[in-house]
Amino acid sequence: MSGRLLVDVLRDPARATVLSGGLWNALIAAARAERLIGTLAVRLDGLDVPPAAARVLADGRAEAEREKRHALWEADRAMQALGPLGMPVIAMKGTAYVAAGLTAGEGRFIGDLDIMVPHDALDDVETVLLAAGWEWVKPDPYDDAYYRQWMHELPPMIHRERDRMIDVHHTILPLTARPKPDATGMIADSVALPGGLRVLSAEDRVCHAVAHMLADGDLGGGLRNLWDIKCLLNDIEDCSALFRRADRHGLTAHLTRAERLADAVYGTRTARLSMVDRVFVARLTATDGWGRDGRKLLGLAFYVRSHLLRMPLTMLLRHLWTKWRKGHRPV
Amino acid sequence: MKHRITLTIGPATFRLGSPWREPITWLKRLYADYPQQPDAIADFTVRLDPAGPLRRWLHPSVRIAGDHMLADAAPMALRHGLLAAEMGMNLQMALGWRRHLLIHASSVEKGGRVLVMTGESGSGKSTLAALLGERGWRFMGDEFALIDLDDGRILPFPRLVSLKNAAIDVMRAEVHDEGRFGPLLFATPKGDIRHLAPPRGAIGRMGEGAPPALLLFPRFGADPELRPVGQAEVFVRLTQASTNYVACGERGFDALHRFVTAVPAMAMDFPDGDRAVGLVEDLWSQLS
Repeated sequence: MSGRLLVDVLRDPARATVLSGGLWNALIAAARAERLIGTLAVRLDGLDVPPAAARVLADGRAEAEREKRHALWEADRAMQALGPLGMPVIAMKGTAYVAAGLTAGEGRFIGDLDIMVPHDALDDVETVLLAAGWEWVKPDPYDDAYYRQWMHELPPMIHRERDRMIDVHHTILPLTARPKPDATGMIADSVALPGGLRVLSAEDRVCHAVAHMLADGDLGGGLRNLWDIKCLLNDIEDCSALFRRADRHGLTAHLTRAERLADAVYGTRTARLSMVDRVFVARLTATDGWGRDGRKLLGLAFYVRSHLLRMPLTMLLRHLWTKWRKGHRPV
Repeated sequence: MKHRITLTIGPATFRLGSPWREPITWLKRLYADYPQQPDAIADFTVRLDPAGPLRRWLHPSVRIAGDHMLADAAPMALRHGLLAAEMGMNLQMALGWRRHLLIHASSVEKGGRVLVMTGESGSGKSTLAALLGERGWRFMGDEFALIDLDDGRILPFPRLVSLKNAAIDVMRAEVHDEGRFGPLLFATPKGDIRHLAPPRGAIGRMGEGAPPALLLFPRFGADPELRPVGQAEVFVRLTQASTNYVACGERGFDALHRFVTAVPAMAMDFPDGDRAVGLVEDLWSQLS
């Protein structure tokens, strides 16, 4: 699988200098499918690569710069809109990484603006954002109600002029998930950047990335999440502080697995992997040389797992029945 | 991928893969005069994926996929596979190309200067470029005009001309080499379509750019008439006709500004191909 080639080159960029044309195509297709082309391009900057590959990589770096500019502007607009509420605005994920100048932000693809606000401020935030030009994108009343009752974020909104999406979080996992992270603690310990935007503390950034990857979702785009985690772990000075933090959020097991996976995929490759870890690695590296999911059944299994993580069985059955009647099909 | 082809059109190289043989066979035939190096490093990957688990064999239908995709693209019948491949390549350019400012326009060259024609689908810009390409002009492209971000020259992107409906017969009367035509794709989402390979000379010179000299907004189906178009309107219409104007940022603005202030623009109504060619030749001779 070319997911394997992609992680090998990200881990050891010198490997790119000896690739055939066919392998370059596989590498580029896999990197684009995993939305890691900008990260790859930054990693390979300055290396001796064929001219055609150099052009693609230069495009990737330029695109990442544009992403960063847009993301920071969008964060600026959200701060402007939320200013009158006089509360901290905490950027998360890609926007936070580029705003704070972290390694994880170098070349990173950034789709939506993710922010975190205190739960009791949600109504005000929603009102202010609607007034400032953001609009709902989930017209379905069931989806809307589901978000409000069970999710860790408001239903997504898109700005009608800039066409960018905002996700307003009040915690980092759906309320139905088993771990119950301490969102209040995360907000209290967030760090202010010059200019007023805030980001989560270094330890909470890891906890959020780990929760996002391993306690929620089907590991689609997991290679990028794991790259984030690898970079964020490098920024940690005191490992015991990180583990105390993960324990407080109920994410200790997730953190240790994430560390093993990061080591096995992007690191020294010395950690001992369990059978389950190996299944995760297989899922993570399933992209083939044409950018397709080369292990569809495994993907389906993780899709089922993502729903079991997200809600208890009886609730899941009711949810699937509702979705099925509305015409939704997983594949 | 079972069947594949790598081909270069102008400055872009595409790698296409398909589980079915037919679309790739047609591409190989119609792009026979273009560089086709199997091991070339491609700018874009295009896939013709089966539209569902059984759709490779049962009512075979194609979902256009690749590096850049549209989430809600409707599947197409396999007999329209060649069109799907062409749409797939267009999609990559429209969503992913950043090395030039991309304008949805056709272009032809004569005497080292370029005529650019832009307009909605159905305006006749594509057919007109194909016609001029058979009548002493160099065909540069019927879909995208690439504007160099530094020097403002137009670069060719001479992919297959996509002839729609009545345009098919117009070009059948013009081109007598049957080998340049693709299959008749009956009742596609865009009507009947037949692809036409550009003249060999145009393909041979697809690396050669030239400065723009005239911009036309053709409109098929009205009495012949020419009207000048103001720069402000031209600017706005070209931002709408560009797929990457915003993504190109300040350089895109500068390139478009240079184009709009340097190149005269006219709206041209025409009732048929012959009179359109006459109008274009008249305008061109008055330019110098």
